[in-house]
Amino acid sequence: MALIDEHVNEAVLKNLDRKENFTLFGLTVPYLFLIFFLIIIPVGWLFYMSFIGRDGSYSFENYERMVTSKSYIRIFLTTFKISFLTTLICALLGYPLTYFMSQLSRKWAGICMIGVLIPFWTSLLVRTYAWLVLLQRKGLINNIAIDLGFISEPIKFVHNTSGTLIGMAHIMLPFLILPLYANMRAIDKDCLKAAANLGATPTRAFWTVFFPLSIPGLLAGLLIVFVICLGFYVTPAVLGGGKIIMAAMKISSNIELYFSWGAASALGVVLLVVTMLILYIASKLVSIDQIGGNK
Amino acid sequence: MQSNALNISINDVTKTYGDFFALKDVSLEVKSGEFLTLLGPSGSGKTTLLMVLAGFTRPDYGSVKFGNEEVVTKPPHLRDIGMVFQNYALFPHMNVEQNIGYPQKLRGKSKSEVKESVAEALSIVKLDGLGHRGVGELSGGQKQRVALARAIVFKPQILLMDEPLSALDKKLREEMQIELRQLHDSLTMTTVYVTHDQKEALTMSDRIAVINDGELKQLGSPNEIYTNPKNAFIADFIGESSLLPAKVISNKTYLGASEIMINHPSKDDGDYLLVIRPEKLFLANGKEKDTNLFSGIVEGSIFQGESQLLVIKLDPGSFGEQSLRMRLPNGSNIGQKVPISGEKISVGLRKSDSFLVE
Repeated sequence: MALIDEHVNEAVLKNLDRKENFTLFGLTVPYLFLIFFLIIIPVGWLFYMSFIGRDGSYSFENYERMVTSKSYIRIFLTTFKISFLTTLICALLGYPLTYFMSQLSRKWAGICMIGVLIPFWTSLLVRTYAWLVLLQRKGLINNIAIDLGFISEPIKFVHNTSGTLIGMAHIMLPFLILPLYANMRAIDKDCLKAAANLGATPTRAFWTVFFPLSIPGLLAGLLIVFVICLGFYVTPAVLGGGKIIMAAMKISSNIELYFSWGAASALGVVLLVVTMLILYIASKLVSIDQIGGNK
Repeated sequence: MQSNALNISINDVTKTYGDFFALKDVSLEVKSGEFLTLLGPSGSGKTTLLMVLAGFTRPDYGSVKFGNEEVVTKPPHLRDIGMVFQNYALFPHMNVEQNIGYPQKLRGKSKSEVKESVAEALSIVKLDGLGHRGVGELSGGQKQRVALARAIVFKPQILLMDEPLSALDKKLREEMQIELRQLHDSLTMTTVYVTHDQKEALTMSDRIAVINDGELKQLGSPNEIYTNPKNAFIADFIGESSLLPAKVISNKTYLGASEIMINHPSKDDGDYLLVIRPEKLFLANGKEKDTNLFSGIVEGSIFQGESQLLVIKLDPGSFGEQSLRMRLPNGSNIGQKVPISGEKISVGLRKSDSFLVE
């Protein structure tokens, strides 16, 4: 029977579309539950507690302390300094290595990638203590250097900034390499050939073509490293020997030593806000997709 | 063609990858101002040869000269030749103007010189006013033109093109073929063009070098190569053709049981292939002179727009079990009935169009 107002099968087909969309949405439900109960609610709770003072009433004292207390300011400065330096070291070590890998055949690049990933898959705690074994006063490196006569007194590698940086840079390097590698692989090799054909020396071609095209991957890597560094706990605690106090360590001591959930929450909120701010600024520079290593 | 552009002498160029010969003792002279096409199927070595000219592939041995200068050891950035890449290889982080100005900047030109030459190149490729567009905003055809402008902006004497039209749709490709050829004629350049598209090669080239299995198989004008292919591969690869097994026995040529006439001195005894171009066949009435006549049954009659394609199964008693293709132009055969499937017909091929290949 011919319908007058409706086209043939229109309603049925529309219904099918709706059903498919609904099924797809259904796949996200478990994750949305998780996010809600494990992220949204705790963060809201954190936010709330950061405004509770010592005496249990609402107050801004937790935030005031961060601006007025010298020790808090120093902790923030240390956190940013260590994160910045770690990021810088990762960039200086990671960029040339990744460039090298991106120029290899896929097979050899794959083998190198395994070299990058094996430490990445090893427990962070194990690697941190391994560095302690290598770097401490009577550690492997000092012993060998003394035995070979390079130095007479052991060098102080750990329990200071340098130890923390060595450990953190080692742990964070893969986070820089992975997005950068994906980016560099995607750069059209013909573009470099074209640059050479048009008269660019290899160095010139690198700086005018390859490097600018690798910036999105580099920024993505730098961002991931920096943001993760801001919340680092284990490595600075072990390799810093108590001299390097980063924000995460202060949060922990606020809770474990002083039972001050308010102060800890306020620190957490500040870290979160700073991280969001950095991500926001970065998203203005690179599209968010590229942070995942996609082109 | 009169021209001051550099000629290219390729001598004994060989390139191996393990046991595989990508190029085998290729020697070839590209004349000054000539448009020469390297034509071959994929994997034939044509692109490898172009890469040797550009300097991106180092041959195992051999000589490449631009004019009188040996360039085989010269790095690509010192060769001063233009090149258009298959996928254009435009710099995605630069706009159209910056892309085209790039080689000029490298040559230390002043800002005003760069600007002037970019504007000139843009107008040559008919993209005036698009200088500030980003590369991502261009259509395929426009990208192609930008790549071309970038390759000619510094007025190189040699231009290399690596299948530059393969990513374009058919109509645009055919337009660009004519345009590229006109561009070549208006500039003083020696052009080496790589393609796997035989029609493109026939359309554009002064001469075609057919390459297969890393070897130069035949070199000649489009007309020579089309009408006088050296072997079965070339006859089959260039243009349409039916290749029918034929035998030569004491100076006589046989197709099946029938003797046929051929256009060249008889070959030594043995097995050959008779090359039949579908458009050279005509509907015969039996009165033609110097014509081979083939009788058979129409197996298929297909309308293809400008022509009618007939597949004809030859009379097995006279010619053996084989079929051939024939093309009748539509419109010019007024008064002739288009044969239909199942019809018995007789077709003619002039002696002058009949030749054997090995």
